[in-house]
Amino acid sequence: MPIRLTALAAALLLAGAAHAADQIKVGFVSTLSGPGAGLGVDIRDGFQLAMKQLNGKLGGLPAEVLVADDQQNPDVAKQATDKLLKKDKVDFMTGIVFSNLMLAVGPAVFQNQTFYISANAGPSQYAGEQCNPFFFNVAWQNDNLHEAVGKYVQDKGFKNVVIVTPNYPGGKDAVSGFKRYYKDQVSEEIYTKLGQLDYAAELAKVRAGKPDALFFFLPGGMGINFVKQFVAAGLSRDTQLFAPGFSADEDVIKAVGAPMMGMFNSSHWAHDMDNAENKRFVAAFEKEYGRLPSLYASQGYDAALMMDAAVRDVKGNVADKKALQKALEAKRFKSVRGDFKFNSNHYPVQNYYLRVIGKDAQGRVTNKTMGSIFTNHADAYAAQCKMK
Amino acid sequence: MTQLVLEQALNGLQFGLMLFLLAAGLTLVFGIMDCINLAHGSLYMVGAYFVAAAAQAADSFWLGLGVGVAGTAGLGLLLELTLFRQLYRRDHLSQVLATFALILIANEAVRLIWGPAPLMLNPPDALAGPVEIGGFFYPAYRLLIIGCGLAVAALLYLLVAKSRVGMWVRAGAANREITEALGINVRALFTAVFVFGAALCALAGGLLGPLLAVQVGMGESVLILAFVVIIIGGIGSIRGALVGALIVGAVDTLGRALLPTLLGAVLPADAASTLGPALASILIYLLMAGILFFRPQGLFPARA
Repeated sequence: MPIRLTALAAALLLAGAAHAADQIKVGFVSTLSGPGAGLGVDIRDGFQLAMKQLNGKLGGLPAEVLVADDQQNPDVAKQATDKLLKKDKVDFMTGIVFSNLMLAVGPAVFQNQTFYISANAGPSQYAGEQCNPFFFNVAWQNDNLHEAVGKYVQDKGFKNVVIVTPNYPGGKDAVSGFKRYYKDQVSEEIYTKLGQLDYAAELAKVRAGKPDALFFFLPGGMGINFVKQFVAAGLSRDTQLFAPGFSADEDVIKAVGAPMMGMFNSSHWAHDMDNAENKRFVAAFEKEYGRLPSLYASQGYDAALMMDAAVRDVKGNVADKKALQKALEAKRFKSVRGDFKFNSNHYPVQNYYLRVIGKDAQGRVTNKTMGSIFTNHADAYAAQCKMK
Repeated sequence: MTQLVLEQALNGLQFGLMLFLLAAGLTLVFGIMDCINLAHGSLYMVGAYFVAAAAQAADSFWLGLGVGVAGTAGLGLLLELTLFRQLYRRDHLSQVLATFALILIANEAVRLIWGPAPLMLNPPDALAGPVEIGGFFYPAYRLLIIGCGLAVAALLYLLVAKSRVGMWVRAGAANREITEALGINVRALFTAVFVFGAALCALAGGLLGPLLAVQVGMGESVLILAFVVIIIGGIGSIRGALVGALIVGAVDTLGRALLPTLLGAVLPADAASTLGPALASILIYLLMAGILFFRPQGLFPARA
C-alpha cells in the first residue's frame, strides 16, 4: 500500500509539472517586528490588499500567502526562507525589506529556482555582476532614489552637504547613489550602526560642520528618531533636510508629524499621482487600513499584481521556469506608479519624482509631488549584468 | 570646537546617567544577593511599556511616568516574592536559566499585549524643542534626563552612604552572614532593594522612551551595557556603578564622535569610514577587557 501511494504521489507530481498548478503559493518573509516593522507591515498590507482585490487568486488560480517575520535578522530570514522553499515548496518569494537580508537569502532562493519578486530590497550586487534570472525587483535599485536627491541637491546649488547613513550595504549604496549625481565634494559622511536609535553624537558633529543641506538615509524607526532628534536639537533652522522617499513617507510622517514639513524627498511613486490604478489603490488602502499608503505599500501591491499577470500569462503552468521568466520580464500589469519597464537586469527603468512634505487639502501632513527629477532612469549596474 | 566637545560631553553624560539607573539596581542585586538577574533588562522594557501605555491613556507624560514606575515597582515586588526568593540559595546556572526564561516570557507577553510594532512615546510639548545654553542649542529633553539622572545619583548617594538602610545594604554587600547575625532582616532588605531596582529600571525606560523607541527586545542590548558597567565599576558598589556608567557613556559617545575623524587623518577616507564606526562600537568592550585584565575586581569593589 505505501508503495502504491508513493507511485500515485509521483504520478501526481509529474502530472503537476506538465500542467497548470492547482494552487499558487507565495512565501512572504519580511520585517514585521522591531524598529523596521513599519516597512514590512506596509509591504504586507499592500500585498494583501491586492490579493483581496484579486479575490485571493493569482492568475486565476487560488493562492496562498505564507507570511513569516524575519525580525530584521539575516539568520532568522534564512531559516524562514529555507522552510518556505523546502517544506512549503512556494512558487514565489517576496517581502524582504533590508538588502543585507536579501543578500543572505538570495543564494538559497536562486539555487532552488524559485522566483524572487523583491518589493523593496534592490541591492547593487543583484543589479550588476550577480544578477540572476530568478531575481526581479519591482520597486527600484537601491541607488536610484538617492541619485534623484543628489541631482536635485546639485541643481539647487547646495555647497556644504553632510550625509548620514547606517553602515550596511543599503547605506553604502545610498552614498554612492547620491554622489553619482552630486558632483561637488561632500563635506562629511557619517556612518551609524544599523538599528541605532540615539543620534546625539552624530547630531553634534552635524552642528559643528554647519552644513546647508543634510542628506540622510535611515529607513524605519531609525529615521523617525533621527528627524525627531534633529528638530529637538534645533538644527532645522539652518540646515535643509533631504532624504530618499524611504525616510520621508507615511510611516515616518505619522510618527514625527509637523516638524517634517518642508522636507524634500524623492520617490518613484506618490499617493497623489494621477492615474486610475493609483486612485483606486489609494482609496482602497485608506478604506481597508484607515491610513494613507506609503511607497512600501505601493511596492507590495505592485509585486502581487506582477505575480498575477505572469501566472495568467503562462496559464498557470508555473513549473515552466523559462516561460515564467519571460512572462515576468514582459510586465503585463498596470503599476500604480504609471508606466515602467524592466531592464535587462530585471530592475525597473522608470521616472523619479521630487516630493515635499506639507499639509494637504484636508489639513493632513503628507507628501505632495512637485515634478520629475529623472525620466526613464535606469540603474548604473545594468551594463555589468550578463543575464542568462 | 569647544562647543562640539561640550555638546558631546553632555551627550556622554546623558547616556552614562541612564546607564547608571540600570546598573545601580543590577549591581545591588548581584552584589548583595549574589543573584544574576538577566531579566533586569526586561524590567526596563516592561517599565517603558507601562509608562508609554499610561502616558497614552492619561494623555500626560508625567502622570504616565509616575504610574509606570509605580506599576513596575509592583511587578518587581511580585517577582521577588514569588520567584527570586527561590533563586537566591541556588547556584548561578539556575539563576541564569530562570531569569533567561523570564526574558523570553516578558518579550512574548509584551508582543501579545502591545503588538510587534514599537510604541510611540512623545516628550512633553514644553521640552520638545531646543534650549539655548551659553550660545549654543541643546535639546531640552536631554537636559531633563541629565537632571533626573543627577538627582537619582544624589538620592542614592545619600541613601547608601548616609542612611541606616544604606549601611545595612553596604554591610550586606560586604558580608551577608555577619549582617544576618547582627539581627538585620536581610529578607525584607532584599525585597526592598529589588523593588527599588525595578523602579529605577522603569524610570530609565520611561525617560528614554521618547528619545529612543519603546519596543520588544529593547532590554537585551541595554542589559549587556549594564553588565559592562558593573564589571568596570565593581560588583555591588553604587559608586562603581556611577563611575563605570559615566566612563562607558563618555567612551561610547566620544568614540562615535571622534574615532572616524581621527582615523580619517591616518587612513584613506574609504577605510576610515568602514573601520571607524566598527571600532567605535567595540571600544567599550575593549575597555572592559582592559579592566578585567588589570583590575579584575573592578574599580570600586564592594568586597575589599
